[in-house]
Formats: sequence, structure tokens, C-alpha cells
Amino acid sequence: MDPARLIYMANQIARNLAAQGETTAIVATAQHLRDFWDPRMKAAILAVDRTALDPIARAAVERLKG
Amino acid sequence: MNYTPQADFGTPEVLSETSVSLTIDGRLVTVPAGSSVMRAAAESGGSIPKLCASDNLAAFGSCRLCLVEVDGMRGTPASCTTPAADGMVVHTQTPRLQKLRKGVMELYISDHPLDCLTCSANNDCELQDQAAAVGLRDVRYGYAGDNHLGLETDRSNPYFDFDPSKCIACSRCVRACDEVQGTLALTIDGRGFATKVSAGQAGDDFLSSECVSCGACVQACPTATLQEKSVKDIGKPERAVITTCAYCGVGCTFRAEMRGEQLVRMVPWKDGKANHGHSCVKGRFAWGYANHQDRVRQPMIREHIDQPWREVSWDEALAFTAGRLNAIKTQYGARALGGITSSRCTNEETFLVQKLVRAGFGSNNVDTCARVCHSPTGYGLKTTFGTSAGTQDFDSVEQSDVILVIGANPTDAHPVFASRMKRRLRAGAKLIVIDPRRIDLVRSPHIRAAHHLPLQPGTNVAVLTAMAHVIVTEGLADEPFIRARCDWDEYEDWARFVSEDRHSPEMLEAVTRVLGDELRAAARLFATGGNAAIYYGLGVTEHSQGSSTVMAIANLAMVTGNIGRRGVGVNPLRGQNNVQGACDMGSFPHELSGYRHISDNAARALFEADWQVALDPEPGLRIPNMLDAALDGSFRALYVQGEDILQSDPNTHHVAAGLKAMDCVIVHDLFLNETADYAHVFLPGSTFLEKTGTFTNAERRIQMVRKVMEPANGPDGLGMEDWQVTQALANAMGLDWNYANSGEIMDEIARLTPSFAGVSHARLDQAGSLQWPVNAAHPDGSPIMHVDGFVRGKGKFVVTDYIPTDEKTGPRFPLLLTTGRILSQYNVGAQTRRTENTVWHGEDLLEVHPTDAENRGLNDGDWVRLASRTGETTLRLAVTDRVAPGVVYTTFHHPATQANVVTTEYSDWATNCPEYKVTAVQVTASNGPTEWQESYVSWSEKSRRIAAEPAE
Repeated sequence: MDPARLIYMANQIARNLAAQGETTAIVATAQHLRDFWDPRMKAAILAVDRTALDPIARAAVERLKG
Repeated sequence: MNYTPQADFGTPEVLSETSVSLTIDGRLVTVPAGSSVMRAAAESGGSIPKLCASDNLAAFGSCRLCLVEVDGMRGTPASCTTPAADGMVVHTQTPRLQKLRKGVMELYISDHPLDCLTCSANNDCELQDQAAAVGLRDVRYGYAGDNHLGLETDRSNPYFDFDPSKCIACSRCVRACDEVQGTLALTIDGRGFATKVSAGQAGDDFLSSECVSCGACVQACPTATLQEKSVKDIGKPERAVITTCAYCGVGCTFRAEMRGEQLVRMVPWKDGKANHGHSCVKGRFAWGYANHQDRVRQPMIREHIDQPWREVSWDEALAFTAGRLNAIKTQYGARALGGITSSRCTNEETFLVQKLVRAGFGSNNVDTCARVCHSPTGYGLKTTFGTSAGTQDFDSVEQSDVILVIGANPTDAHPVFASRMKRRLRAGAKLIVIDPRRIDLVRSPHIRAAHHLPLQPGTNVAVLTAMAHVIVTEGLADEPFIRARCDWDEYEDWARFVSEDRHSPEMLEAVTRVLGDELRAAARLFATGGNAAIYYGLGVTEHSQGSSTVMAIANLAMVTGNIGRRGVGVNPLRGQNNVQGACDMGSFPHELSGYRHISDNAARALFEADWQVALDPEPGLRIPNMLDAALDGSFRALYVQGEDILQSDPNTHHVAAGLKAMDCVIVHDLFLNETADYAHVFLPGSTFLEKTGTFTNAERRIQMVRKVMEPANGPDGLGMEDWQVTQALANAMGLDWNYANSGEIMDEIARLTPSFAGVSHARLDQAGSLQWPVNAAHPDGSPIMHVDGFVRGKGKFVVTDYIPTDEKTGPRFPLLLTTGRILSQYNVGAQTRRTENTVWHGEDLLEVHPTDAENRGLNDGDWVRLASRTGETTLRLAVTDRVAPGVVYTTFHHPATQANVVTTEYSDWATNCPEYKVTAVQVTASNGPTEWQESYVSWSEKSRRIAAEPAE
């Protein structure tokens, strides 16, 4: 999977959930990835350079790892 | 002969809580108050002669044939315009009446050709029936006087003729066009002897007039004046089978009127609860594709996509396919395989394809074309209300006072429902249209939108948030409803958010380009105008904030208390006939049927026990993800039933590259579609006329589709319905499936899906149709949802922040392209392009505002180059002020145009539904097709070659 595209998608999800407040948005973004992303997409986002992720998306991906 | 037309009770059914009792020819009859004497007589088994009356039209009282005598009343009143009253004593057959009726018929017949034996309406003609009923034996006036017998027939419409020599000027066609269809294309021209039915202006014929060819006039005509060409060609039908249309999400039911296995005509079924006897040009007339010469009737395979196709037996095709699929599964694992279910196929067929993917392939890589249309509806309504479906039935619109249409063009895309909506608007309901284009509804005969908000494409969330701002800050919120039905804390958070100054209409004007005052007025009307209903389409969903917009719509309905009763609600207008059903049947990679997440252990266990197989608990790939994964080699096989993703999905180059990278693409379709250019296996499909099953329309209504002819998709009568093909493929892969008929598949669906628990083919045969949920709590289905509470419990207000799309206009691409449909064509046009509907729309046109055209030195009809950052194509220009300056519009019905070469891969944040409705483009003069168009044509021709049979 193209990492740039996955990073774009994760950031887009985070941006749209951001209005709910940071803490809620991080949980919701992580849950969104869990619910709608296929395992290879999740594995690929865990492997990307996370500095390209927005803070909410980055924190969400961290949670996904756990 | 079994053929009988549907009964006609003369005047419309009246719904009334009180009833009246009267005596008709000695029979005591009780009918709802307000019913006509004519209807009372018909309901009690009588038959008063009539010509100008029909039960789908208001009583007219012009033919003077339905006269009756009523004790105590003077004269002989017309029974169609006389209301039945308590204690009334009516006589419908007396010597006096017979004499009067005979005199009237004599006048009609004195100016009518007496060619009954060779007339195409022979034995199916109301004039003939009434002449017999009144006992007409002779015409005392002779036939030598002035008459209309020499008038020329208008054959301009491809589907029906207008022969004015047979017209009796009863006005039924004109009234059907006015009252039922609402186009008002027909009129009665002239007076006295010069009276004639006229389409459009003087000099117009039916084709050049505003007639939309819905067929209502043809159905209304009591003679052969307006009649289907197919009846003239074939003759009178011998039997009729009730079935459901396979075009849009309205789900009209029809009588397929047959002669043997030949379809003579489709006549809308008056008892159909979605369409109440009305139709559009597609459903009524555009079925010729079913026997089109392009139809592929034999399975075909090839090793590589650059080889010609080889026609083979079903056995060989299935063995080849199963061999490839099994080999890929062994080498790359189950997650390298996937499938796409079809929103044009039945619930049973869709269910079986997702079952094949989950239980056979062993992955959850199943998706459906709803991905590219209504997947945001699934996400948005599930989040806010708890289930993914429209809240109302179509009849609900009759009780609406305010109708908000956003991102939908019902008169083109859902024409039969649009006619219902227009009828309600003509009766006084107020209309708000939010759309970048001035769609027909904004201004059409006797209809004018109270507010049209021509927003900048991509700013739906901003406009809806601004409406919410007005409602909350001006104190128009329905707090008692919210307190009772929704989560109050979530409401308060949301209300605080929308009340911020930055969400006021005036602040957002620069973004939305909607005048603040106009938006405020629209919001106030929506909140205070009585029952307010929202209808929306793909102009809402096909955006990078599609899901947010759906949730903003749900918020708006909840804050104004417009949920849970008739006349209100949130109504997604579904594009294809069975989009609702395909979504219900578990076609999404994360959901089992009935919208249960694949990670839900209890739900999964139910399926595992029934199917005797372990299911993958992880969600699978969505269509765009499948194509991405194909390019990195982790996704290698795709079974596509009844969809053409190459033409319908965004960024054609990317779709082509993804398909090309796969080892096994199986296309199961009627025609060698564009996707088939990249396929290794072609399995011929069956049309809706050749199968039995069910479709579920936009109002959650499950209706039977019934086979009227044998499938034409196999050699030597070995044709199969699509579910049989899927079953045969499953069995070739080693699964042991044994469905004897599609009813057994529905039984399995009912067993595994709580909202379908009470559904079976037998139950549908008996009830006509059922709206899910059909279960112990709602044994007869659910016309209106969320009546006593939301499916999820409390309604959830979701904060939806406007985030502009990343697709930006700039100096190189200064215009915004948005796409849509036209009435006569359907989706990628695979069906409608293979019918006479092409006379209305033979090519895709680019609509451009006069200012933008002039700035570029372009004229109406010019060839232009349409370019985006993704790609470019050429098509011809239509200069019109329907679109705002800066916005251009086209349809995507023709593969030669390839409108999706220019659309981008931006998509909805939650569902990856593509952003078809916003692409930054430039339009310049052109003198021919682009390189891509040229190379595509030659590639298509090459990939569609079929190898000649080797000589024996």
C-alpha cells in the first residue's frame, strides 16, 4: 500500500474528528482505523514515518499499536 | 385468454375515517365519505359506462357517458363528479340512461375510423367496450360529413405513436401529463370541431416537445390514439406478471405484459406502493437492451488480457476460474481475493456473492458500488440514528409542508418519485433547493422553489452548519423533542459549536457564495414551516465530507424535531434499483448483513455456525483500497458481478492500472463492459426479466422480481440466473452449495438477519411488498422509522466541522466540475445506451455558463478539451445559465467521453466514497479526441476480440 496515500487518509480522518476535542478525536480516529481498515492497511500505517502524521493521527496510530 | 387490464374504478380512492352508505341498483354499498357514485358502483361490482374517467385522474365530467339517475335529484348527473351520500338511491341502468348514452356514443363513433378488426387496440379499447356496453348498432348521421379521419400519425417518439384520427378528445392524456407526471407538456388546442391534443407549441411533435416520454398519456388513452409501437408490432399480450423495475432506487412495480416469452410492454402496476401506477421513460420503455445484439450469451475465458476471448462451455469456464482462484489463494493467501456485489442484482444474488467471498474465498474483501455513491449514508445515519436507511416511505411526502432537496435532481434521477413530490408542491408545500445547478425543480410549471441556494460545490457542510446556526441562535430548536429523543449533553456541545460566530451565514458567505439573508430565510422556513422533510442524493455523499454532510442533515432533522412521523424525515434517494438491498445484504467489507460489524463475535458466530466455516474477524478492503493493493501485488483476484468499475469509478487510469495488475479478473455481466477489457473470465449474466428474487428500494421496500422468460445467457438452453452462476462457481471451488431456488437464499437471509426475520418469498407474494425491519416487533414491516425512539436509543448530534476539500481551483484549473445524470440515461449507460433512449441523449455534454464560455471564445456545440490535474478528455459544449459562473457540469453515461478520466482520487474521509462532485478543471477549445480517448478505443477493440471457432 502506498504509504503517502495512507498517511493522507489517516490525517483526513483525524482532521474531521478533531472538532470533537483532542482526546475524543484520538480515540475515535484509532477506532475508525480498527473498524474500517484492512489488516495490511493497518500494518502499513504502523510502519510509516510518523512525523508525516498530524498529532491526532499520530497518537491514534500509537494507540492502534497497543 | 388470461389477459385482462387492471381494474379501473373511475375516480381516485378516497381515504376518509367516515363512511357513507347508499343503494346502487338495489345493492347496499358502503364507501369512504367523499367517494364518487362511479367509484361506489365499481367497488360493488357494477360498471357505469365511462370514457373520460380513470382512477388515477381527478373527475372531469366531460364525456357525458357516466350519467345516472338519483332518486330525488333532478336530471341525470355525471356519476364521476357526484359524491356518494348517505341514503342515496342510484340507478345506473335505465331505459332513459341507455338512450342518452347511446346518443353520446353515436356522436363519438360518427367521427372515428371503423377499422376495429385491424386496429392495434382491438379487444383492448375502452371506446369499443363502451360501444358494446350501450348497445350501439348504427350511426344515424352517416360518415360522409366533415371528420378527423385523415389526420396524420405522429411517429416521432421512438416508443409510441400518436394517431389523432382516433382521438375522442377526452383529455385523459392531457390530465395524466398534468396531474400524474406534472410535466404539463400536452394541451387541448382549439375548440369545437378544431379541438385537438397538442404536444408543446405549434410546430412541435411529441419528440421535440417537452414530453418526457413517461408513458402516462399512453396508459391513460382509452383508444389506440396513443399506443406503444411494440403492441402494434407484436399484438395484444396474453398474460401479465408483476415484477419490479431494474433501473433507479424508486423501485416501480410493473405488469410485464407477455406474449409467450416475448415482452410486449411494461405497464406500471397501480397497486405498486412505490409508484402507484406511474412510470418513467426508462422503466416503461427502455427494456430493449435485454435482447440487444451486444448481449453476450456464452461464457468466455483467456489466459492473458491481450489475447482474444475464447468461447467455452459453462463447465470449462467455471473450472478455469476456480482453478485460478484456488491457485492464487494457495500462493498469496485468502486476503489476495475479493469480489464486488451488484446493486443491480437481487438481494439473493448479492447475499450469495458476499457469502462466496467471506466463506469461499476466505476474506472480507467484498464491496459494492454503494462505495461510490451512498456509503456515507451508511456511515452517517448509522452514527446519528443507529441504522443505515431512509426514515420514510414515499407516501410520506403527501404530508410534508416544507421539502428540502439537497444534492439531488429527482426529476432526472428519480422521476417517478419526483412526480409525487411535484404534486405535493403544486398543492402548496414549500420547496428549498440546495444545489450548485438550477435543477428543473427550482422552476417548472406551477412550481417555484421558495429558496434556491446555489452553493459553491464542496461547501455542503458549511451551508448546513450555517442553517443550524440560524435555528439555534434564533431560538427555533425543538427543545422538547431533543430532550425526549436525543442525548442532551451531545446536543449542547453541538449547539455551542454551531452557535459560534464563525458559523453564521454572513461569515460563511465568502466560502459558500450563498447570500446570508437567503440562507437565513431558508433556515427559518425549514424550522417553522410545519412538517419538514429532507431528500438528498449523491451531491451530498460524493464529497470529501460526504459522511459529515449526511450527519449534518441528520442534525438538522433532529434539532427541528422532524423525525419519527409522517411528512418529515431524512430520505436518501438511492441511485440504483437495489443499492439499499446491496448494503443491507452485507456487501461492505466491515459488515455482515443487517449492518453488524464483522468484529462482532456474536454476529460472526451466527454465520459461522450456519455456514460451517470460520470467518476472518478483520474488515476487508474497500474498492479503492483493492485497486491500491493490486498495485503493490497483495491483491490479485476480483469477481465483479454486474458493475463496470472502469467507467464508473474515479480516475480511470488508476482503475485500469489496478485491474491490469491482477491475475484473475472475473466479469459477470450482460455485456462486454469497459471493465471486461481487463478481465480473464467473462460469465454471461441474466436480466431482471430472467430471474426471480427481490429488490429493496430507497424506502426499504422489499419487492419481488419475477422471471418472465428463460435466461438467454447459455448455449442450448443452459442459461442460468445470476445466483445460479455464483452457486456454480462456488461449487467449482469445492463448496457444497445446494440452493434449489432463490427463495431458499431469502430464507437464509431471514434466518441470519434480524431486520429481515419475517421476510420470505411466500410472505412477499401475499403482502405485495414489505418495508424492513420485518420482525416480531413489526410483523408487517415499518413504513416510518424511529417512531418511538431511535434505533440506537438516543439520537446522536455529531459536531461536523467544515473542512475544505484539498481539490483546489487555481490559475491552471480555475473551474469546478461537478457530475450528474440525465433522465433518459442510467448510470454508465450499459442498458440505456442500448435502447432508443439515445434519441434524447446521444452523448455527454459539458454545461458551461455563458460568461465562462465567452471568456474562452467558445460557442454552444463546440468541441472542447476538459482537463484536470488527473487527466483530460474532449466532449461538446452546452452553454447554459443553469450552472453558476465558475462551475461546469457533465454526465458520465458514455464510455467515449470517459468523464472519470478527469475526476480525482480524493474521497470521503470516513468511507472513501470518491469526490466526483468537485474537480478543478480548465476548458479550452479542441479539435478532436485526446490521445487517451484514441488509444482507449483501439485498446477496447483489441480486447473485445473473440477468437473464431477452429475449423473441425
